[in-house]
Amino acid sequence: MQKILILGATSAIAQATARLFAAQGAAFCLVGRSRERLEIVAQDLIARGAAEAFCLTADLGDCDGHQALIQKADDQLGGLDLALIAHGTLGDQAAGQADFAIALKELQTNFISAASLLTHLANLLEPRGKGALAAISSVAGDRGRQSNYIYGAAKGGLSIFMQGLRNRLAPAGVRVLTIKPGFVDTPMTAAFDKGLLWVGPEVIAACIHRGVVKGREVVYAPWFWRYVMLIIRAVPERFFKRLKL
Amino acid sequence: MNAYQSWGRYPRVEQDARPLNWRHQPLPLAGLEGAVLAYGQGRSYGDACLNAGGALLPTRRLDHFLAFDPQTGLLRAEAGVSLAEVLAFCQPRGFFLPVTPGTRYVTLGGAVANDVHGKNHHRQGTFGRHVTRLELLRSDGSRTLCSPEENPGLFAATIGGLGLTGLITWLELRLLPVVNPGLAVENLRFGGLDEFFALSADSDAGYDYTVAWVDCLAKGEDRGRGVFMRGNHLETPPQKQPKPPRRGLMIPCQLPGWLLNPFSLKAFNALYYHWPRREAVSQVLDPLGFFYPLDAVDNWNLIYGPGGLVQFQCVLPLDDAATVLAEMLTLTARSGMASFLAVLKVFGELPSPGLLSFPRAGATLALDFPIRGRKTWDLMAELTRLVRQAGGSMYPAKDACMSPEDFAAFYPNHHELETWRDPRFSSSFWRRVTGQEGQ
Repeated sequence: MQKILILGATSAIAQATARLFAAQGAAFCLVGRSRERLEIVAQDLIARGAAEAFCLTADLGDCDGHQALIQKADDQLGGLDLALIAHGTLGDQAAGQADFAIALKELQTNFISAASLLTHLANLLEPRGKGALAAISSVAGDRGRQSNYIYGAAKGGLSIFMQGLRNRLAPAGVRVLTIKPGFVDTPMTAAFDKGLLWVGPEVIAACIHRGVVKGREVVYAPWFWRYVMLIIRAVPERFFKRLKL
Repeated sequence: MNAYQSWGRYPRVEQDARPLNWRHQPLPLAGLEGAVLAYGQGRSYGDACLNAGGALLPTRRLDHFLAFDPQTGLLRAEAGVSLAEVLAFCQPRGFFLPVTPGTRYVTLGGAVANDVHGKNHHRQGTFGRHVTRLELLRSDGSRTLCSPEENPGLFAATIGGLGLTGLITWLELRLLPVVNPGLAVENLRFGGLDEFFALSADSDAGYDYTVAWVDCLAKGEDRGRGVFMRGNHLETPPQKQPKPPRRGLMIPCQLPGWLLNPFSLKAFNALYYHWPRREAVSQVLDPLGFFYPLDAVDNWNLIYGPGGLVQFQCVLPLDDAATVLAEMLTLTARSGMASFLAVLKVFGELPSPGLLSFPRAGATLALDFPIRGRKTWDLMAELTRLVRQAGGSMYPAKDACMSPEDFAAFYPNHHELETWRDPRFSSSFWRRVTGQEGQ
């Protein structure tokens, strides 16, 4: 039985991913802000075959509580095979440009809090010599663009942080999986017009599940984003800066 | 917002959308003037799932399970869960949908609201017969548990109630235990309607699933020819778990209307008729292939061209069904407009639980037509007239054009539903058939 901690468990991608592990009888510790939502998710996972589903309410933006939170989750589950960091916000770029307090909050949620959680998790798993850490970054972190560089910087920072962590934890045998979704149709992106490249959260979930099972390092979701971003990263900066992206 | 259409892509209307994410939250009515309507997968053909000038409440994120009992097969799930998701869950556990329509891409809420039927109507009746309980969230904020015992009036109004009695947040469904979801199927050619009715009468006792496809373009001696399909779930356990469905074909964009012309349709129908190379063919089929042949082609509705398509589905009292059906097929063949799949089935005697349920004892025929202006509407009017003369009825989930007079004749008790209707819920269909259009 896999013991899985999900941080930001009520997000659409986290829910879809958890369902795939629930079908295999996993046990969950679910962390989120809303008790009611967590209970709906827990009940769903149990009905779909999960062995257990504990709920912990916490505001993940508050880094001071992280160590105790991770400890509590580990105690409840009696060990940890996988931790998935799935919380995040997609802030308003224009508002963040005009007011750095807003940008700071975005960086705090999407980068600082994830880095803090990963640090505590790494310190817990490293001596045990097993387990896996996964976090949802974004293709937006692969190159800065004027339309969302605050979110992009946070996710880019997270990707680099995880790259280093992977390097650090490799000798201990703890795996680190960076997930980079493209456009996903979730409540977080409800305001966007959806085009051809958009996919549902269950497509991302399948990529994450496969990535975990196969022990991958970096997963683009869906796969084609790896090549889209390869091209986007290859454009020389002196042209790129003139593009309206 | 034009992302929300009906399956026939007609009519096109302007409406707001407020997606629902969590069942414990109140209805998002703040700041809304007009009526609201739950919207699932948009598989109703006409305007039953549309709400011109109002707001839709898309329910697809209400996709949580609440409980499943592997002993009894009772599944409690939110209304936005699709039948495809239920099937993926229950097949490996030895259960199947008790009733399923011709597509698995409908939500549980939609299946209740239209009290859908399937190829086993003669055995299991409608979908609503297998719903044991549901929760209704009304615009006054109240949450009401409804079942045949608790609030039976509201329960009956909600089944086949076209989403008008409020939002179904979750429901409980009794799944069908099966040893093997796979099917032993026989395909039998028949030369005419009399042969069809004889086959149907012979088969209903021994087969859980019966349905026929009719060549709606065949004239003269060939009129009413088709292929009768009957099957039962296999009784030996499956050797291996069924593979997850492969992604089928996809129609990437709207196809030009001329692709569906008398020649292509005739060719298709003739091929389909001759597909069972002998008079009778027995085969073992995957349930997805048997129940949902059209689900293999994503967006098949785009084949019908820019005008969209309109469905005609009626039920006729059995006594003179053969005569009326013959007349309908003649009209259709003469118009040259008919389409791929004309479906014919005899409904059984089991009563439908809903106040406005469509299925009742008799023969049901479903046809679809590309919308080509006057010509299409004239044909629909002629067909509708025949249904009224015969004392039959037509299916709201498929309808885009029946008049208030037709509706009153088909559903004389519709005033009763109006009394159960939530004052904030309405649909384009409801306003049209109750003569409130423009209000």
